[in-house]
Parts: sequence; C-alpha cells; structure tokens
Amino acid sequence: MFDEMTGEGAGIRAPYSEIAAWIEASGLDTLRRHTAEAEDVFRRIGITFAVYGEGGDPERLIPFDLIPRVFAADEWRRLERGIRQRALALNAFLQDIYHRGEILRAGIIPERLVYRNAAFEPAMVGVNPPGRIYSHVVGIDIVRTGEREFQVLEDNCRTPSGVSYMLENRECMMRTCPELFRGGNIEPVDVYPEELRRTLEEVAPPACDGDPVVALLTPGPFNSAYYEHSFLADLMGIELVEPQDLFVDEGLCWMRTTQGPQRVDVLYRRIDDAFIDPLSFRPDSLLGVPGLFDAYRAGGVTLCSAPGTGIADDKEVYVYVPEMIRFYLGQEPILQNVPTWRCSDDEERAWVLDRLDELVVKEVHGSGGYGMLIGPHSSAAERSEFAEKIRRDPEGFIAQPTLELSSSPSLSETGVAGRHVDFRPYCLIGRTIRLVPGGLTRVALREGSLVVNSSQGGGVKDTWVLAD
Amino acid sequence: MLSRTAESLFWMARYIERAEATARLVEMGRRMAMLPGAYGQEEWSSVVAAAGAGAAFDPGERIGEAEVCLSLILDEDNPSSIRACLDRARNNARAVRTALTAEMWEGLNDGWRWLGGVEAATIQQDLPATLDRIRSLSALFRGAAQTTMLRGERYDFLSVGAFLERADMTLRLLDVKYFVLLPETGLVLDSRDRYRWISLLQATSAVRAYHYVYRGDFSPSRIAHFMILNRDFPCSLAFCYSGLRAALNRLADRYGERHDCHATVEKAVRQLQDREMDDIFDEGLHGFLLEALRLNAQLSGELSRAYHF
Repeated sequence: MFDEMTGEGAGIRAPYSEIAAWIEASGLDTLRRHTAEAEDVFRRIGITFAVYGEGGDPERLIPFDLIPRVFAADEWRRLERGIRQRALALNAFLQDIYHRGEILRAGIIPERLVYRNAAFEPAMVGVNPPGRIYSHVVGIDIVRTGEREFQVLEDNCRTPSGVSYMLENRECMMRTCPELFRGGNIEPVDVYPEELRRTLEEVAPPACDGDPVVALLTPGPFNSAYYEHSFLADLMGIELVEPQDLFVDEGLCWMRTTQGPQRVDVLYRRIDDAFIDPLSFRPDSLLGVPGLFDAYRAGGVTLCSAPGTGIADDKEVYVYVPEMIRFYLGQEPILQNVPTWRCSDDEERAWVLDRLDELVVKEVHGSGGYGMLIGPHSSAAERSEFAEKIRRDPEGFIAQPTLELSSSPSLSETGVAGRHVDFRPYCLIGRTIRLVPGGLTRVALREGSLVVNSSQGGGVKDTWVLAD
Repeated sequence: MLSRTAESLFWMARYIERAEATARLVEMGRRMAMLPGAYGQEEWSSVVAAAGAGAAFDPGERIGEAEVCLSLILDEDNPSSIRACLDRARNNARAVRTALTAEMWEGLNDGWRWLGGVEAATIQQDLPATLDRIRSLSALFRGAAQTTMLRGERYDFLSVGAFLERADMTLRLLDVKYFVLLPETGLVLDSRDRYRWISLLQATSAVRAYHYVYRGDFSPSRIAHFMILNRDFPCSLAFCYSGLRAALNRLADRYGERHDCHATVEKAVRQLQDREMDDIFDEGLHGFLLEALRLNAQLSGELSRAYHF
C-alpha cells in the first residue's frame, strides 16, 4: 500500500519532509489543540453541511484533519495535464452528442448508452452554448495507488461541490499553523473565486451588450451546500439568487431588486436540471424560473453548467472517457480510468457476481457513498442481498476492483496514523482552461475505511502543491 | 440589491430588536414580582400582552413567572418567544449571508447556538444571567453592524427594520400599560403607582436616563413624554421615527426615488415634533397609541411596496 508520506515504506518522501518534521516537533497535544481551534473556527463561521434523513443536528461540521496532503511540483504538473485533457474531452463529448453524434456513429460508444440514458436531455439537441462549453466546472475524483499511479474514480460535470472547503481549509491552516507557511513554498489557492468569475464572464450570452452580470442560483438556505453557495457568491462579489428572485421577460432573464428589475447574463446555477424551469422540465415543480430554458436557448442568458450535462458524468459513460480523449483530442489519456465492469453486459455481470467479495459495486445513479458494496468489507448476507439487486436491475450497477487507496498521515485517536484519501481538483473551462493548484482532499477517518464521503464519516484536509 | 435581500435584512433587524425587547420585558416582570404587595400576577399578564404572546396562554389562566419565562424565552411554538425570534433572525441572516459582515454573522450565530443549548432548568436557576446574555447578544450584533458594515443600502434596510420594530415595541408596551400613566385622579400617590411607572422605564432600560434628563420625581406625564416625544431617548417614538426618516432619506438619495413611505414618515416626524404631552393626554393617550400602531403597520406595508418585497 502506498503512503503519501512514506511511499512504500522506504523513509519520508521528499515533499513531506517539512510535514514530518513539523509533526515530530509539535507533538500530539499541540496538533490536537490546533485541531480544536480549527473546528471552532469552522463552527463559528458556520461552515456546515446539512444531512438529510438522519435526524439529530441538521447542520453538521465536516471533520477537519490538520495534517495537510502534499503534492510535489512535478506530480502536480502531470496531474494538471491529465485533468485539463479530461475536462476538454468531456466538453467535446457533450457538444458532439447534442449535435452530430460522431462518436456514436463511429461505433465507439453505444447509442443506447446515450440516447436511452435518463441524463440525456433531448431539449438540448442542436443548442449551441456560448463557446461550446457545457461544463464550466469539472471536478474530477482522483485516487492514488502508487508513486506514479493516479486513477480517475469519477467525473463531476454538473455542479461539483466542495471547493469552499479547499479555500476554507487553507484559510484555517494559515490561521492555526502560520509557521508552516513561512517558507512561501506552497502554491496559493485563493485566486479560485476570481478565476471562476472570469470563467463565467467569458461565456456571456450573445444578447449581453455590456459588462456581463453574473449571479449564483441556489435552491436556498435549506440546501446542503448552501454555505458554499453564499461563500462563493460573496467572494466573487455577485448576487446569490433563488428562483423566486428571477423572472424571464422578452427572452431575457431579470432579477427583482429594490430598484426594479435588473438584467442577468450568466447564471452559475447550483440547482438541478429538473428544477431550472417548470415549463421545460418538470411541470409539477413549484421551483424554478418559468421560461428560463427558452431564454437560454435563444441566447438571452447562459446557464452554467448547461442542462443535460449530467450525461457526461454518468457512471456507465465514464467507462468511455479514455476513448473520448483518443477520439476528440487524438491523444493518449494521461490519467487512467479504474477498470469498470458494467452489469448491464451479460458476460461482465456474470464475472462480477462471481467476485462480489473482491469488488466494489456502485449504483450507476448513486452518489455520496450511499448504495455501495465494498466486497472485502462486506458480510455474506450483504453480498447476497446485493447480488439480488444486481439481477433485478443490471443496468443500475457497475463494479470496480477494490483499490488500495493511498493513505496520508492523519490525526487519529491513538496518534498520527495513515488514513485513506482521495482528491478532487476543480477545473474551470471558459475561453481558456484554468486550474488552481490544489483541490479538496477527502479522508476516510475510520481506520481501514475506504469511504471518504462526508456523509459516511469522511473528513477533509488542506491540500498543498509545492512550488519548484 | 435583490428585493429578497432587503426584505431579509429588514426582518432580521426586526427579530433581533424584538428578542431584546422581550428580554427586557421579562426582566421588568421579574423585578416587579419581587416587590412587596404581591401583584406579580398582574405584571406577568402585562408582560405577556406587551410581548404580543397573549395567544400562547388561555384567557383566564393564572400566569406565573415560571410559565411566562419558559414560554417567552424558550418556547419554539410561541412565535413571540426569544428563541423563535432568534431562529427567524438567523434564518433571514443565512438567506443573506453575503450581505452581512463576518462579525455580524458570528455574533448572531454564536448567540443562536448558545440559546439553542439553554434548557428550562438553566432559566429557572439563573434567569438574570440568561437575560443579560440575550441583551448582550443583540448589543454585540448592533455593535458589529455599527463598526463593520458598509454604510450602503444594506445598512439602511437594517436600520429601517430596527427602528420600526423598536417603535412598535415601545408602543405596545405603552398600550398595555397606558392606564398607569393616566393623569392622577387621587391626590395621594401610593408606592404601587410609583413602581408601576418605574417598571415602564425598566422595560426600556431607561431608569437612569430618565433621572438624567428630568432630574426629579417620577411623574406619569414626564414618563410618557420620555417614551413618546423625547428626541434623545433611543426607545422613544420620536427618536425611532427620526431614525426611520434618516434611513429612508438615505435610500431615496441613493435610488433617486421617493415613495409613499417617505411621505408617511415625514408627516409622522413633524407631528411628533409639534406635539405637547398635554395635547396627547387631552385627546386621549389610548387613542393616540392605537393610531400610532396603525401608522406603523401602514408604514411596513408601504415599505414592502416601495422596494418590491
């Protein structure tokens, strides 16, 4: 198993030399005290996330682990190339399937997988989003299994969340452990909001004839990511709007202000497709802005991300991302996929059912670490229950090998110990591609656990990219 | 600015102001109940009425300190309770997080978290400390707004809400207690009257300020003057309306547009300036208070029409 600090066990890896010395010099008590300080900061500023259906405290803190996760400059360069490549290919794929569908005609991706997919949005066929960009923020979940082995677990093309933790974790580290930052060797991440605003301004619609007005569209304070929405809107200096603040008139989008209506050109929407516009998507919904989708299609306002983007981060479509990179960019993928078996395929399903005790099985439409079977950690009863589910709905499941995720030193009850981590960078796509050196590292705080989701006892860490 | 933001700021300020006023009312009730003469029952009823929480109690029910305190401080189902006010203030604050400074949010959020953990037993054991903490919470919030908030339209809507609510609370307190201020019928003042007057001042944290301004005995007409016409006392109707007018005028300058609410507040301020307390007593204090409460409600409606919320 690969450890971020000690590699395969042959001493401290170079990027971690300072961290190792700091852990040693601080001692457990100091680290714990800093952790408590950090959690206090989080609670005071109200960085919480809502948990549904579990009762108890409706607003919960994500546990913060004090010990940063570190990438060396050359590691990051390689990751960066791979991330940009993937984000480009995913957007090219979206543009293609909502137009000529070349990749389907070429027989590289089965038509059924796209056209019969619930995430495919027929209303988007033939629509040309500004700059041909569909997904403006791509969050790519990456795990590491060795010194040079990075693999993509999944792509998040719609509205990936968590970037506020990237920013707040850093802020908090700089407040509680300023001594670590004295050397100036850690790449800053605080330009993210500015870069996001620029990205959004770059995709202003044709109807925009001045400085574009950008707003962040949130479902409201009861959404689990509301804190992030308000945080980002604040840092970008844009309005945080709810659907009831908006209306469409004469093909343009307006927000209700104290001085009457004001034009909105670009909406960074953090609400699902289904709730954008009751006229186009869900007539029974009371949420949404009637007419918004028509205004979008007519070039009166830009929606980021575009409706129908979800097809690109479908778990079955994921299997074909390396093919997309070859097809659209003519390049070899820099980041590898995790081998994935589709249970919809008879042969692959049989193979999966034989090896449930070794594999991780995921729901195609699941997220947040729910509805998952981790073979090696499961009981026979759980496996037979899952086998039954797979047989009943084969198209609903995929399987992957149980990866030995790398571990990273973390503060546990007994001391500093390795805990499994993953990594989500946030790639911005406007007229140019922007990538802030950093991202969100999630950590499975339970010993041996491979599930890093916050809903399943995962925590977060500051992530450093070292300068050369 | 979004109309919803203006609305949330307006209501957030109102709820914080209301929470503080309710804390002062409970403080008043507590002091009155300790005085000789045992007319606590009557005091607690007027506390409940002034807090606008009459609906939380059955008519004719004997209201005692313990029930009132619990109901007015902790009862989530009583919309006038301090907890309910802080809940709504915080919900409004969350909805406009970006419009608040970090200091304001932290002040409110800390207070809300603290009150969330307060239990009935704590209130019974240490009511004064609980009430102090509630008052310092709103003081902290106001102080944070005062020293950290940009003097822009957000601040103006916050001020409008605060002044309107404070005027409303003063009026409701007077409305419940107006009879103790009616011109003396008998020649002999009993100590009971004196305490009743003082209680009005206590409910607005104003005993010392009163002495400073009037330098003498308590008299109903002076107390009424203090609470209605005095331009320097922050809870008086005249003060609140001047504050309202100033905030609304700033908005009018900013937006280059005047609305009905501007005319209404202008007229009200001028009338308060021209009035003498004797005139008000001659016309009838109760009628005056009812009219002022109606005007407050009218103003609230005009505000939401003017600014689209």
